[in-house]
Amino acid sequence: MANVPLSQIAHGRSGDKGNHANVAIIAYTDEGYLWLREHLTAEVVAAYFLPLAAACVVRFEAPNVRAFNFMLYDALAGGASRSLRTDTQGKTLALALLRMVVGVPTKLLSERNHV
Amino acid sequence: MKRVRIGNGCGFWGDNLDAPVRLAETGQLDYLTLEYLAELTMSILAVQKAKDAKAGFATDFIDVLTRLAPTLKAQPRLKIVTNAGGMNPRACAIQAKQVLAAAGLAEKRVAVVSGDDLLPRLDELLANGNPFNHLDTGAPLTAIRDKVVSANAYLGAKPIAEALKLGADIVITGRVADASLTVGPAAHEFGWGFGTTDLDRIAAGTVAGHLIECGAQATGGLWINADDSTHLENVGYPIAEMSEDGTFTISKPAGTGGAVNLETVAEQLLYEVADPARYFTPDVTADFTTVKLSQQSANVVSVTGGTANGITDTYKVSIAYRDGFMSAGTLVIAGPNAAQKARRSGAILLEKLEQAGFTYAHSYVEALGAGDCVPGVVKGEGDPPEVVLRVAVRDPRKAAVERFTKEFAPLVTSGFPGTTGYTVGRPPVREVFAYWPALIAKSAVTPVVEVV
Repeated sequence: MANVPLSQIAHGRSGDKGNHANVAIIAYTDEGYLWLREHLTAEVVAAYFLPLAAACVVRFEAPNVRAFNFMLYDALAGGASRSLRTDTQGKTLALALLRMVVGVPTKLLSERNHV
Repeated sequence: MKRVRIGNGCGFWGDNLDAPVRLAETGQLDYLTLEYLAELTMSILAVQKAKDAKAGFATDFIDVLTRLAPTLKAQPRLKIVTNAGGMNPRACAIQAKQVLAAAGLAEKRVAVVSGDDLLPRLDELLANGNPFNHLDTGAPLTAIRDKVVSANAYLGAKPIAEALKLGADIVITGRVADASLTVGPAAHEFGWGFGTTDLDRIAAGTVAGHLIECGAQATGGLWINADDSTHLENVGYPIAEMSEDGTFTISKPAGTGGAVNLETVAEQLLYEVADPARYFTPDVTADFTTVKLSQQSANVVSVTGGTANGITDTYKVSIAYRDGFMSAGTLVIAGPNAAQKARRSGAILLEKLEQAGFTYAHSYVEALGAGDCVPGVVKGEGDPPEVVLRVAVRDPRKAAVERFTKEFAPLVTSGFPGTTGYTVGRPPVREVFAYWPALIAKSAVTPVVEVV
């Protein structure tokens, strides 16, 4: 086991849908995807983003691109039009989630397997 | 097999002004698409149109078209599809015609797609049983009806394809779904039917349109692993090369910076998506979980799959309504203890306003550089040498928000040591247009196509 940022096994991108944010987390490897499926649950993501006071967090699966897409409902304090935050559109949320320190088997820490 | 190359040279109003010309010159395109309308752009354009009947469209397009004229001469078959028309596509088309005539391109045929603007019919539609309930909260529109400034249905690709069938060289639309700017040309070229025929192909075209609609976000922009070697200073804009069966590649012009790989394309595939198995557009409900990506060659990703998951009988409607005023200003606070001083400075600023009799419906203080971009989630480490103090307020009273903008400068002398960065003067006050998403039956909306 190694304690590493999530960015060691996955990449991603986030954006907005009105007052909701979507955070897509994409595993670099098939093994990484299986690890995410078990460990990066909606509950874990909701707890991590608790200070944003989202109404709820829902996880969607896109195994075709080894991805999980998290919807953070009502997480943007009013969204692009009304939010007083700098990041009104949640564009930095994927980077924030990829900073989460996770304990993963060291065998997952191989190179990104293809670009 | 016949292939159609569709490139997107603009991902939003404010995108790089040189990108469309560079893409058209080097992309060997059949179609150049230009996307200008974010969710709330229409409300700003609606206010402009209310003041000036000839305004209300994305004026950047006129500048871009002027500079595209030599390319259009050199490539007489190149067609342009854009939603630059905004709230006033006809006025946009008239100006476009003038630009073309001045450049010796008077023969170019310009078509307008409209019918998306529901504001003139809003009360009639409400009376006829279209409640425009808020998609998230279910609240009826009557709650804010008197504050509405714009109401636009997202039209689909069918009227774009019809305009192209009429021989249009340039199609200027109002509000259409972003992906439809790509689906329209593909459907026209390949004879794809709308409604329930060819739905899988329309879905594949929707995947292509979704991937290129944000411009360089498909080609290295925002890529998590972008670095100096990605050469974003020279980023190429995306090209979808579609085949009749709906398969396509994503690429960028040779010799440009950026990157097209499995990471950049996968990241963009899920950008601003909720349920990837149900990506709703007026043309189709597309399933992105059946999309398969493979790296065909350097900077060329092949995309197959992408199937239909039905089609709705509704259009999404984007409504904007007046919701007070807001302003945000910044100062720079140097350390030691920069974050602590910045947060306290923000509190002092608001306290002084309270002493002057102004409290705000909403106020917010950030110490940027100390983790406040994602507040409470990303913790700042150590004692940053300086942070940006940002304070923002929102309130129904314009005068109260204007008073707020005058409270930054005093901190330069009466605040903590290390307070600086008051260089751009008082921050601007802007009117807030809140977003109200709704649905309307497709049968209640009639897209209009005309050659001008």
